[in-house]
Amino acid sequence: MVIINNRDKLEWQESMTVRDLLTKMGYTYSLITVTVNGELVPKENYEDHAVPDGADVTVFHLAHGG
Amino acid sequence: MDIEEIFKRNVPGVRDILAKKNVAVAGCGGLGSNAAVALTRAGIGKLIIADFDVVELSNLNRQYFFLADVGKRKTDALAAHLLAINPQLNIQAHFTELTPGTVCELFAEADLLIEAFDRAESKAWLIETWCVHFPHKPVVCASGLSGVGNTGTLTVRRSGNIIMCGDFETDMSMGLISSRVAIAANMQANEAIEILIRGIDKDGHH
Repeated sequence: MVIINNRDKLEWQESMTVRDLLTKMGYTYSLITVTVNGELVPKENYEDHAVPDGADVTVFHLAHGG
Repeated sequence: MDIEEIFKRNVPGVRDILAKKNVAVAGCGGLGSNAAVALTRAGIGKLIIADFDVVELSNLNRQYFFLADVGKRKTDALAAHLLAINPQLNIQAHFTELTPGTVCELFAEADLLIEAFDRAESKAWLIETWCVHFPHKPVVCASGLSGVGNTGTLTVRRSGNIIMCGDFETDMSMGLISSRVAIAANMQANEAIEILIRGIDKDGHH
C-alpha cells in the first residue's frame, strides 16, 4: 500500500515507478513537486524512481502567483 | 538608541537564535518582499535577496513598496526598507535573474530558502535545484494565493525539507489581493522562523 498526500491509498505493485503512480492517480497536471518518503524526486527521474511498498508520497501542486 | 530594543516584545529567546541565521529569498515580489519584512522584524541576522525586476505601479497593490520606489530595482528598494526597520540587518541584494547555477552559488551559505517566485515553472526548478544541491536545508514555498477571501483554505503542507503554504489551487489569472498574498508570505516567514528556532525532523514535522 502507498499513501499519497496523507489521504489517498494506492495498492502497491512490484517495480512501481513515480510515473506509474501519477498515471494511476490521474495526475495529469505537469507543474508538481513529488516527494517519496520525504525525499524530492527530480522530474527527470519519474520514469525510473521506484516507489517502495508502504511509501509515503506527497504531490504538491504548483500554482502561478507570487 | 539601543537597536536591540526593537525586539523587546519578541517571543523571548527568538532574536538571539535568529540573529545568527541566514535566509535566502528568491524573488522580491508579493511573497518575497512581505516575507523579508516579517523576517527582519522577527530579528533575522542575514538575508540574501534576489530579483531581476524593477518596481512598477502595478506592484503596489500587494508588494512591500511605495510610490517613490517605482522605477527602482526591487532588490535596492527592498534592501532600503529592511534597513530602515533594522539598520543592523546584514543584507545581500542580487539584482539578477536566478538560474539553477546562480541559486547554488549565491545562496550556498543560507540556512533556509524562501521560494517567492510567481511562475509555477520557476517554482518547480527552484525547489528541485535546492533539494538536489542542499538536501539537508529546508525550502519554504508558496502555491495558491490568488483570488478573494477563502481564508480557511490557506494551509501548510510539509514533506521532508519542503514546506508549502497556500491553497494549492488558485491561479494568478484570478487576480492577486494584498491581504491574501500577505497571508501566504507571512505563513512562509512563520514556518521559516519556527524551523530556524526548533529544527525539523525527517518526517517534516516540527
